[in-house]
Amino acid sequence: MKKPSGKLWHFKGGLHLPDHKDISTQTPVQQMAIPERLIIPLQQHIGEPAEPLVIAGDPVNKGQIIARASGYYSASIHASTSGTVIDVIEQPVAHPSGLSAPCIIIKADGEDRWGKRPPHQDYKKLTPSTLRSLIREAGIVGLGGAGFPTFIKLNPGSKHHIDTLILNGAECEPYITCDDMLMRERPEDIIHGLIIMRHALQAKRCLVGIEENKQEAYDTMRDTVHALGVEGVEVIMIPTLYPTGGEKQLIRVLTGLEVPHNGLPLDISVACQNVGTAAAVFDAVEKSQPLISRVVTVTGDGIANPGNMQVLIGTPLQELIETSGGYTDQVQRLVIGGPMMGYTVQSDQVPITKTINCILAASEAETDTPDTHYPCIRCAACMDVCPVSLLPQQPV
Amino acid sequence: MPFINTSSPHQQNQSSVPDLMRKVLLALIPGALACLYYFGFGVLVNIVIASATALASETIMLNLRHYPVRRYLTDYSALVTAILLALALPATVPWWLTVIATSFAIVIAKQLYGGLGYNPFNPAMIGYVVALIAFPQQMTQWPVPQPGGALGLLDVLLLQLTGTLSDPAILDAVTSATPMDQIKTGIGLNRTIGEISTGALFGTVAGRGWELVNLLFLLGGLWLLWKKVINWQIPVAVLSALFFWSWMFNLYDGDLYSSPFFHLFSGGTMLCAFFIATDPVTASTTHWGRLIYGMGIGILTFIIRNWGGYPDGIAFAVILMNMAVPTIDYYTQPRVFGHQDED
Repeated sequence: MKKPSGKLWHFKGGLHLPDHKDISTQTPVQQMAIPERLIIPLQQHIGEPAEPLVIAGDPVNKGQIIARASGYYSASIHASTSGTVIDVIEQPVAHPSGLSAPCIIIKADGEDRWGKRPPHQDYKKLTPSTLRSLIREAGIVGLGGAGFPTFIKLNPGSKHHIDTLILNGAECEPYITCDDMLMRERPEDIIHGLIIMRHALQAKRCLVGIEENKQEAYDTMRDTVHALGVEGVEVIMIPTLYPTGGEKQLIRVLTGLEVPHNGLPLDISVACQNVGTAAAVFDAVEKSQPLISRVVTVTGDGIANPGNMQVLIGTPLQELIETSGGYTDQVQRLVIGGPMMGYTVQSDQVPITKTINCILAASEAETDTPDTHYPCIRCAACMDVCPVSLLPQQPV
Repeated sequence: MPFINTSSPHQQNQSSVPDLMRKVLLALIPGALACLYYFGFGVLVNIVIASATALASETIMLNLRHYPVRRYLTDYSALVTAILLALALPATVPWWLTVIATSFAIVIAKQLYGGLGYNPFNPAMIGYVVALIAFPQQMTQWPVPQPGGALGLLDVLLLQLTGTLSDPAILDAVTSATPMDQIKTGIGLNRTIGEISTGALFGTVAGRGWELVNLLFLLGGLWLLWKKVINWQIPVAVLSALFFWSWMFNLYDGDLYSSPFFHLFSGGTMLCAFFIATDPVTASTTHWGRLIYGMGIGILTFIIRNWGGYPDGIAFAVILMNMAVPTIDYYTQPRVFGHQDED
C-alpha cells in the first residue's frame, strides 16, 4: 500500500487566519434538552426537497420518516423526537435569501419514544448496495456544510472505482469546533463509520486529515486507530491554512491530485467525507439511528458561554442560545456557519438543520463594518490568497 | 433582537486603502527629506502647493460626482499623487505650473476616469508629462544641489511665487540642468562620459545629491516591501532591466554610455521603481505580468534616456507600460485549479 509517509502537497494561496477556536472547546459537548416545538424543514440537503408523509394531527415517533426523499438527489427527513405534527407550513429558515420554506412542525411530547427501528445487521455481510440503501434510509447527508446526500458519494458506479477515502477533519473555518470536539469525544465511532464507508466504496486506503491547530483531536484519533488495530487508515496532521478543509484543497494536500474542472473527486478515484458524516453513518448502521441530531458550535463574543451542543434537528436557534447563557450586550450579527463562508440570519427563530455546524453571534469588534470599504485598487491581495488561482482584481 | 444583515467574510479587515496610502506616504519621508536637504525649500513649496491643489481638486470633483467627500479625502490617495508629483517637479518651478500639473492629474487623469481604482494611467505621471510637454523650459532647470539648498527661503518664495529673485544675476549660478541632461548635451558635443563626469555636479557614481536621494527612496521602498505594501516583482524588474541594458551598452562603449550605477542612482529611478511603477491601480497585477511590466519600464527608461528627446524617460516609460497592462494581464493569467494547461 502506498503511504504518504509524511509527504504533503500544497495548493496555491491560502490564508492564515486567527482561529478563535479556544473559546468553544473549554467544555465537553453538552446534550441539549428536547425543545417544546421542532421546526423541521423539508429541504436540508442539496437536491430536491423531501415530500411530506404526515399531516397536521398525526402522532409521530422518534426516528420515524416524516418526509421521503423525492428522486435520487434527495434525502429523507425523520422526526427528531416523539410528539404530534402541528402543521406542515412555510416557516422562516436559515438561508441567505431570508425566504421561508416548507417545514413540518412537531409538538414534542417529552417522552422521546422511539418508533420501529430496522434490525441491526453486520455491515461486513452486507453488499455495498444494501449498505448504501441503509445509509440513504437514514437520511444522511454531508455534515460538513454542503449537505450532499452521502449515499451518492458512496456509489462510484460501474465505470469508476475509489482508491482513497479521505476523512475530512480539517475544520479550517475559524470559530467552528464541532468536528474537533466530535473527534475528541467519539473517535471510535468516527473510525468505525469510516470503515463502514470504506466497505461501501471497496476503497483501498483511508486518510484522515486534521489541521495542526487541533493537536488533541489528532492525538486522540491517531491513538484510537492504533488501539483498534485497523489496517489501512492513516491519521495525518496537515498545516493550518484556510481553506485546507475545502474538499478540493484537502484532496490536493493529502494526495497531490487535482479534481478536474467540471469533474468530481470520483474522476480521480478519491472520495471525501466529513468526520461528522462518519459518526452519523456509524449511528445509522450500528445503532439503527437515523440522522436526527448533530453537534453545533455556539460561539462568538455575542454569546455568554460558548461551547458545543448535541442538538435535535429542528431546534430553534434561540433554544441553543438560551442554553449557552444567552446573548451578551455586544452581539451585532448572527452568522450561520463560520466567518468566511457563513451567512447572516435576521431571526433566531429559524431551526437547526442537518447542515448547520455553527452559530456565530459576532460582536462589532470581531467583524468589520461594511461601510468602511473602498473601491478596489487592484492590490491583488485576493489573487495572492486565491486557492484556485483566479484573478478577482481583473475587470471581466 | 435586530441583527445586521451583511455578506461574508464576518471578520476583521486586515488592511485598508487609507492604511496602505499612509504607509506609502511614510516611506516617502526619508527620500523627501534628502530632496529638501539638497534642493532646498522649493521642495517644500512644491509639496505644499501640490497637496493643497490635489485636495481642492479632489473635493470639487467628489462633490460634482456626489461622492462622500470626507471618506474619499481621507483615503490619502490624492495626497500620494500630489507628493509623488511634487517630488518629480524641479524645486524651482513657478507655483502655477504645480497647480496646473496637479489639478490635471487629479481632475482629468484620476476623477474623470472614475476616481480611485479606475484610472488607467498613473495620475502623477500624467501631471508630470503635461508639465514637461507644455513648459519644457521650466521643467529642465533644477537647483544646483548643495547641502541646505542653493537658495534661501525668501529667494525660493520670490522665485516660485513671482518669478523673480532678490538678485536676478544669481539665477544662472543657482540653477542648472540635471547631470543626466548634461551628459546628453555633452555627448551631443562629442565629449566622453569620463570628461563630462568631472563636472562639479557629479559625485561618486551619479549626480551629487541625487545619489543620496535615490538611496533613501530605495530604503523607503525596502520598508514598503518588508511591510508587504508592495510586491518585489515590479521594483526588481525595473531595476534589473535598467541595470542590465545600461551595463551592456556601458561595456560596449563606456565613453558613450553611462555606467549602470549612474542609471540606478540618477533622476527618478528609485522613486519610480518603488513608488510609481508599483501603483497597483495602473500596474499589471499578475505574477509574470508584473515582471514584464517592470522590465518594460526599465528598458523604455533606458531607451528614452539615451536616445529620446527628454532627459529622463521615467514618466513616459510608465505611461507607455500603463497602456500595455490590459494586454499583459490577458496573456499572463495563471492556470486555474483543475483546468488543463491548454485551456
